[in-house]
Amino acid sequence: MSAKDDILARVREALRVPAPRPGDHGDGATAHADTPPSHKAREYLPPAAESFDEQVAQFSANATALRAGFHVCNGQDELLRRLTELRDAESWKRVASHASSLTDAACAALRLPVLKTDAGYDVHALETCDVGITGCDALVAQTGSVLVTTRSAGGRALSILPPHHVVLARKDQLVRDLPAAFELLKRNYGSDYPSMISFITGPSRTGDIERILVLGAHGPKRLTIFLV
Amino acid sequence: MTVTLFIPCFVDLLYPQVGISMVRILEKLGHKVDFPEQLTCCGQPAFNSGCWDEARGLAEPVLTRLRNADVVVIASGSCGAMLKVFYPQLFAGTHHESAAKALSAKCYEFSDFLVTKLGVTDVGASFPAKVTYHDGCHGLRELHIKDAPRALLSRVRGLELVEMQEEVCCGFGGTFAVKFPMISTAMGEVKCSQALATGAEYIVSSDSSCLMHVQGLIDRQGLKLKTIHLAEVLAS
Amino acid sequence: MSAPVQQFKSQADVVSRDLRHREFIQTALNNYAVVRDKNRNAFRNYPAARQAAAETKWEAIHHLDRHLEQLATRLEARGTHVHWASTGEQARDIILDIIRRKNARSIIKSKAMTSEEIHLNEALEREGFEVVESDLGEFIVQLRKETPYHIVFPAMHLRRGEIRDLFNRELNSGSTEDPEELTMVARRVLRQKYIQADIGFTGANFAIAETGMISITENEGNARLTAALPKTMVTLLGIEKVLPRLEDLALFLPLLATSGTGQPLTCYNTLYGGPRRPAEPDGPEEYHVVLLDNRRTQILADPEQRDALHCIRCGACLNVCPIFRNVGGHTYGTTYSGPIGSVITPHLRGLQEWKHLSYSSSLCGACTETCPVKIDLAHHLLQNRRNATQQKPSWPWKIGFKLMNFVFKRPALYWFVPKLGRIGQALHPIVKGTRLDPAYAWTRSRETPRIARQTFREWWRGRG
Ligand code: SF4
Repeated sequence: MSAKDDILARVREALRVPAPRPGDHGDGATAHADTPPSHKAREYLPPAAESFDEQVAQFSANATALRAGFHVCNGQDELLRRLTELRDAESWKRVASHASSLTDAACAALRLPVLKTDAGYDVHALETCDVGITGCDALVAQTGSVLVTTRSAGGRALSILPPHHVVLARKDQLVRDLPAAFELLKRNYGSDYPSMISFITGPSRTGDIERILVLGAHGPKRLTIFLV
Repeated sequence: MTVTLFIPCFVDLLYPQVGISMVRILEKLGHKVDFPEQLTCCGQPAFNSGCWDEARGLAEPVLTRLRNADVVVIASGSCGAMLKVFYPQLFAGTHHESAAKALSAKCYEFSDFLVTKLGVTDVGASFPAKVTYHDGCHGLRELHIKDAPRALLSRVRGLELVEMQEEVCCGFGGTFAVKFPMISTAMGEVKCSQALATGAEYIVSSDSSCLMHVQGLIDRQGLKLKTIHLAEVLAS
Repeated sequence: MSAPVQQFKSQADVVSRDLRHREFIQTALNNYAVVRDKNRNAFRNYPAARQAAAETKWEAIHHLDRHLEQLATRLEARGTHVHWASTGEQARDIILDIIRRKNARSIIKSKAMTSEEIHLNEALEREGFEVVESDLGEFIVQLRKETPYHIVFPAMHLRRGEIRDLFNRELNSGSTEDPEELTMVARRVLRQKYIQADIGFTGANFAIAETGMISITENEGNARLTAALPKTMVTLLGIEKVLPRLEDLALFLPLLATSGTGQPLTCYNTLYGGPRRPAEPDGPEEYHVVLLDNRRTQILADPEQRDALHCIRCGACLNVCPIFRNVGGHTYGTTYSGPIGSVITPHLRGLQEWKHLSYSSSLCGACTETCPVKIDLAHHLLQNRRNATQQKPSWPWKIGFKLMNFVFKRPALYWFVPKLGRIGQALHPIVKGTRLDPAYAWTRSRETPRIARQTFREWWRGRG
């Protein structure tokens, strides 16, 4: 017998005696009916804003708390202006990005050497870039998260390796909460999921030294999100 | 109504005033108190040590004697948890299972009995002092009693209640206190320092066993703190 | 006494009296409790969320066979190699085999308690491979040749000065003790390791049966890099990590973050389904997932404690446990410390040798109260005690309780208890505080209460 058969046989043998369902520990919670508990997630998860404007406000408040930058831009022109300001403020010399209509326009406006990851790239070259500019699949108002996948964000490394990650999102990409984000993933990808899906919630951080917050532990120290 | 009082061994031997106070308060409220003298111990020490056979040996007479009681009031949160929560587990699958469940349904810890069952919060007590309240863990987390003692204290004349930073165990834990004395002592020290930080004169609790542990430390370390059982405060 | 209990007791004696340690750990964990509570209160209905989590985990485990098969099939459909390991040894062999086949030299790791459980690093180093932990806390304890102090905060017992000395000695980082600068030192060193590493190794927080994905939760981005740069990626996880559906994560990700670190959501929550796909620019060419049993099926076979497999390793029970807070993580001598460790270690490594952990508890129940998936931890400690005693009675205690029963059940005999007690107490000062004192375990640090002049019973009888 293979280890797989061994393990599954032990599992089946063990499960012949059922375990009682999780009880109530005196905190007043009652058992859910037979529908999967996650289907009622909105009844218990942290609240999410309803209207678009409220969602923008909620995302913005979350981003601030997470120490991420968040800017709403009225049109592409404002985006490009703000990006060039950021370029000058941080004196970017090299930019990494991937192909998409928004990122292409951004890279063109920046007038800097650009490394595009789409067709493969050299890691050492990516290491020398000051910023990674990517698109995304969604922004989650409830949590202030950016949802990226290998498809929407130019692979796995672009959104994690450079010291500054800039996200360009369209207004229709703002979703209210995590359940909505998972619905969107299922709808958009069906059974053909990208090999990596990541919720990015604020810039990289650690508290491993005396529980003191330090940004930029391994990933980007800065995260800036533009909603266009 | 007739209230059957369960007085655990350590209250009988070490803290009789706690039981006496309970009798006085219950009688003052117009109830008749019945005290089954032959019941001395709920069996918790053996139960907690894993000796469930021996625990059942002590618990069976309790089941039998209390079968016909209307309500049972227990003079300790910990023994209360034993009767109310652990007897059904101890007797699960035995022919005493239903008796254990029936007993469980009519058991009350003292403060819970006053507030939840009788709806009484003001027993006419007066105790002019600054106190902090220690939740015995079994009362708090097995019986889920948190508000009742505070409701009672809030109606005591002259009493000021200040809360400690968190609900943390006093470190007693029955045989744990002698099996792992240094851990138990460290936990007691944490408790005392939290109580001292409130500036209270007294630690009040519904559990004499916790107070015994804390008082033992206070005496050894000469701390400026006193311990007193809730029932004694309410009888003042 | 067997070795683990001696080790535990003597180390506990030392650490619980170490006031510097006590103060440092209490402060850190009190700060954690504040943010944890804030974020729990941010839930619309936290008790309902907790109940939903417990039920979802129950469902996952109740059909564990089905979920595992589904998980493996979905992963394999996307080109992932799925391996099954009954024991830690099998898992190590599988991983070593992958490394050898790839002619790899260096391995970069992100945090994985399962790898601690199977002592993977030692095995790899013995074979001459370079293994580097990339999580900052893990990196620090690896440099110190220590095991993690805590399952979520591996280096929380160290002060910045100690880390400064360590980094200066091992990495020539100079005299800085600023947490930010120390973090940047580690970042620079580790970035080079990433670029050189042949294998990226990770643990997992959840595995989604429905879609065949591994979910990894982290703050630093080290797991993201581990999964992005090396050509081969290996994930080791316990078989209990499955969740039925993708959308279950909408609950479990915030729940884990809140209980784990007190954050609303950790920084990176990432799902991996397989190796790099043809249209993707980067990622590993091979992805291996190793499913580990290592006596988890033994816990599964105990319906009373099966819910211990619901554990999401958030560490919340450690953080509230007064035993953990006073004896510290290393005292346990186990991979999993704190209440969950005390519950499962006897299953994973032997009841008789590890039962002392179940006895070393005041049964205060703070663990049960805080556990986000409602594992009945405190009661499981009681059950372990019962099982240990049934399997191998401790005669001194058993005889003691039998004697107590004999006396306490007979009012005529019990009548003597206070009388004898008073005599005993009058004589006690002769031996008190010495090793001859039968109550030494108590009197070493505490005063004894006095037997009342009139017991309750005596008073009651006196009333007539
Ligand atoms: S037992 Fe519960 S509280 Fe403890 S680590 Fe596991 S999930 Fe967290």
